Amino acid sequence: MFGVDGKVREPYRDYHNWIDQEDPAQLLKKSAEAETFFRRTGITFNVYGDAQNTERLIPFDVVPRVVSAREWSRLARGIEQRVRAINAFLHDIYHRQEIIRAGRVPERLIAENSAFEPKMIGVSPPGGVYTHIVGIDLVRTGDNEFFVLEDNARTPSGVSYMLENRETMLQMFPELFSKIPVQSVSDYPKNLRRALARSAPRACGGRPVIAVLTPGIHNSAYFEHSFLADQMGAELVEGHDLRVIDGRVAMRTTKGYTPIDVIYRRVDDEFLDPLNFNPDSMLGVPGILDVYRSGGITLANAPGTGIADDKAVYSYMPEIVQFYTGEAPILKNVDTWRCSEPDSLAYVLEHLEELVVKEVHGSGGYGMLIGPTASKKEIARFRKLLKAKPGNYIAQPTLALSTVPILTKAGLAPRHVDLRPFVLVSPESIDITPGGLTRVALKKGSLVVNSSQGGGTKDTWVLDD
Amino acid sequence: MLGKSAGGLYWMFRYLERSENLARLLEAGFRIALTRSSAATSEWQSVVATAGVTAGFEAKHDEYTGANVVDFLLRDRDNSSSVRAVTDQARTNARMVRTALTREVWEATNECWMVLNQILQRPIRERDLPEILSVIKQQSTLVRGTMFGTMLRNDIYNFSRLGTFIERADNTARILDVKYYVLLPSLSHVGSSLDNVQWETILRSVSANRSYRWLNGEDINPSSIADFLILDRSMPRSLAHCVQEILVNLNQLAVAYDERKPCHECAEKIFEKLDKRSIDSILASGLHEFLKNFIQGMSELSSQIEQDYRFYS
Repeated sequence: MFGVDGKVREPYRDYHNWIDQEDPAQLLKKSAEAETFFRRTGITFNVYGDAQNTERLIPFDVVPRVVSAREWSRLARGIEQRVRAINAFLHDIYHRQEIIRAGRVPERLIAENSAFEPKMIGVSPPGGVYTHIVGIDLVRTGDNEFFVLEDNARTPSGVSYMLENRETMLQMFPELFSKIPVQSVSDYPKNLRRALARSAPRACGGRPVIAVLTPGIHNSAYFEHSFLADQMGAELVEGHDLRVIDGRVAMRTTKGYTPIDVIYRRVDDEFLDPLNFNPDSMLGVPGILDVYRSGGITLANAPGTGIADDKAVYSYMPEIVQFYTGEAPILKNVDTWRCSEPDSLAYVLEHLEELVVKEVHGSGGYGMLIGPTASKKEIARFRKLLKAKPGNYIAQPTLALSTVPILTKAGLAPRHVDLRPFVLVSPESIDITPGGLTRVALKKGSLVVNSSQGGGTKDTWVLDD
Repeated sequence: MLGKSAGGLYWMFRYLERSENLARLLEAGFRIALTRSSAATSEWQSVVATAGVTAGFEAKHDEYTGANVVDFLLRDRDNSSSVRAVTDQARTNARMVRTALTREVWEATNECWMVLNQILQRPIRERDLPEILSVIKQQSTLVRGTMFGTMLRNDIYNFSRLGTFIERADNTARILDVKYYVLLPSLSHVGSSLDNVQWETILRSVSANRSYRWLNGEDINPSSIADFLILDRSMPRSLAHCVQEILVNLNQLAVAYDERKPCHECAEKIFEKLDKRSIDSILASGLHEFLKNFIQGMSELSSQIEQDYRFYS
């Protein structure tokens, strides 16, 4: 909310004027109301490994994060460029591999990558789209300086929180929205439906039938799966509702089996098809990949998409953007040391106390070392891990992340945040919802914003000009 | 609609109905225990039998005391028919079929689950029981109310209603079956005041004591009670009413899907056995036999619906 000079930053001016007049006790009361609201509507996530199978709320902070229209338009251009490059990269990697031939990325980056899916070689997805739904994680380090922290091109989650956070704010502070022009996010489900429908396969006869494929009610993101299906007016299916019949994927309805055209799948590649991938999986549909390859169904996102959002590939994103768009990347990457490279490894081992070390295939804030706050013991443990399997890790400097205020019992207090805007890709267009999911580290000084690690969320406002 | 969703809706509403019926059953049992302590043990025993959980209860408890029965029927998760267990089930089903429910119905179900979990967390003190039973009934009524008020009248609605009425018919039939001996004319010569209290319990367990009186005045006799609960279509918990509603909903499905299925024949047959029957002929041919057949018929109908509309395969 405040710049380095201590003054209120321009985008926050109106909000600051408003909150200055508010009674802090009333605001805290609103916080409690928000919790009741989330609880009642069942906006929860399941915690794994918990005997009670407890559902938890992701803590919600009532102070919005505000982004100016100008800031946003630059971000949006950068995101669009990046997403275009990711889709082009995916096509290339599963076809001619020009980028490897050109020597811009090493062959082993692909060949040794577990997210690479050999069964996708030579397969072109309907409409040419590999990743229909993308989330790009960003952090701001200074005025107008955003870095990409991570690309989520396989199954980005969190969009339901973006939508429900806004809904909650609208209910709690309607007067704010009449004072401050905030761009709407509520078209997301409609746009998602449209992007999916436009990506329908050749076999689709008329109006595309769309379904969301979920692993089931015990999955941590089940709320989001059912929410999106509901909002799109699509069916929410599990693997055992589906079967391959006459070269199409069909769902078991009360009237018999009906073909589906597009599946927004929230099941990982590995579990998608026991005949083609993990044979023990009960979550998928036997033979679905063969239908996919013959143009009978669209899978969003395409299998094998994970090769683009891997942390090792991430370090090559500037080259990738340059290679496919012919432009300089608008959004910066965070400097990344690939521990697979001996020089980098040596540097990382020297500077562990200053760096953040991440597992290449890790997610959700697990398996990482945050040097500046880590104990000697942890650092020693990571030193061993790094030496044993250097290729498993990358390292990055800790950035001077900007903070955003949250409401605490003692009033407003600064906390670190990141931002995940959501992007929809169809064969004709790229659509970026103005806003996104702002995740916030609730612990003072913490840099970890993941909900699985006790992070919270807040509404993200992109102002209208 | 997905077969799984149809099954989920059907069972969600069966469970909600069961929770409400259990509350009513306990209310009747509690009432007797308060007014006639000497009959309490056998009354609690019959409450457990009516709920169909005798084996489970006896495996866990040695004595039919009020506290044991209340705990087993309301709170015990080992008893898959306890209010707590069926509320969990109803809510799990609601989560599964959430895309078929309006936001209001989902929220009411979620709220029902939260409230009941809260009040059933600790063992129940006798003096709190009436209040708790009334909350249980209220919560289930709220879900039903939001359903009436917000849901489209389509197949989603029909499957939900089928769940409600099959469960309800089964419940009323069980209550009658457990108590059939107090309704039998051949035994009613006993004519003691005990029977009167028992008849009263039967009516109370289906919330029908007031409406019965409204229709019949003070003339409480076994055959008119049986008539009321079996054949009176205006009584929303009678077998005839439930079967009639089952038929209505099945017929709407047949029209919407443009197809009649074996379950339609099955339901018609059950209906014919009730239609134009007199209570005297039912009692003469054996009430227990009649009820046993009816319960069996409901269970067959349920599996036929399941099969015809592909709930599971």
